[in-house]
Amino acid sequence: MKGFLDQRFENGGFIITKLEDLINWARLSSMFPMTFGIACCAIEFMSTGTTVYDMDRFGMAPRATPRQSDVMIVAGTVTFKMAERIKRLYEQMAEPRYVISMGSCSNCGGPYWQHGYHVVKGVQRVVPVDVYVPGCPPRPEALIGGFLQLQEKIRNESVVGPKAIERLIAKESASDNKMEKSIAS
Amino acid sequence: MNKFEEIVAFVRQHCGQSVDIDEAMTPRGVRIQASDLHKVCEKLHEDPAMYFDMLSCVTAVDNGVEAGTIDIVYNLYSIPFNSHFTLKVVVSREQPELDTVSDIWKTANWHEREAWDLLGVKFRGHPDLRRILLPADWEGHPLRKDYKHAEYYRDIKVD
Repeated sequence: MKGFLDQRFENGGFIITKLEDLINWARLSSMFPMTFGIACCAIEFMSTGTTVYDMDRFGMAPRATPRQSDVMIVAGTVTFKMAERIKRLYEQMAEPRYVISMGSCSNCGGPYWQHGYHVVKGVQRVVPVDVYVPGCPPRPEALIGGFLQLQEKIRNESVVGPKAIERLIAKESASDNKMEKSIAS
Repeated sequence: MNKFEEIVAFVRQHCGQSVDIDEAMTPRGVRIQASDLHKVCEKLHEDPAMYFDMLSCVTAVDNGVEAGTIDIVYNLYSIPFNSHFTLKVVVSREQPELDTVSDIWKTANWHEREAWDLLGVKFRGHPDLRRILLPADWEGHPLRKDYKHAEYYRDIKVD
């Protein structure tokens, strides 16, 4: 069977889908990672971008600025000196943004977990992490596995109905009514 | 190539105080007093018979609280004579202070900053003695044997 975009749409030329699915599909098919590596994991990240592993086939073109990136791949050892920079880079990315923690060091401190006075024991202490990729360093296949996990995560996201906010508003208005009633009485 | 004995004799000639041969060192070298260090280095560098034009490394070693000393090790190399030599200076742990050699070999500048950063050794006359690896607001010198890390660094939990 041909790929989705390789098929010809001759019968009417339109597709019916949910808006949410369409948005999610568009987003998960163009996760631009930031060109950013801090230790040996970055070498594997670079390999993932080569023709052999071809990161581009997931629509992942590395961007050299956080403002154009969707995904930050923390590829390497996060030192306390670097932590502040990572946080600033993360804060410069436009939402929705995702973080992949690549390799043992950024997952939990890796070989520095016990005596590494200089290493942050897990990048989740600095920025929220969506997907952890284990390995020291993970092979490109493992990193691609991480991309697929992130794609699954995005696929199941809901961007249309802000249900949590609706619930919060409903809760607040209910408590407001309560207060008004108590003042009136 | 200069023989080891010749270099030791040269060092003795320019040292005001004791010179001890330390067989455990590789490459072989001598232990000298901190007050002699700068003069000896200067002579080893500029004398045409010695010509130690390269300082390969400056290392500081903490011998622990009980010993109460810090070793500073200088690895010298002469490119034209292909000869290696090591100088070791022992300073006290409470007040580790000695003369800089960054005016003789430029490369000592960063090595001495590293020794200051990680072990807190002060180098008199260093042009810019500040931390090189750790962030500027770091507390303590982590390669000291009795170093205890802080609980938090800028609101990030350390352990």
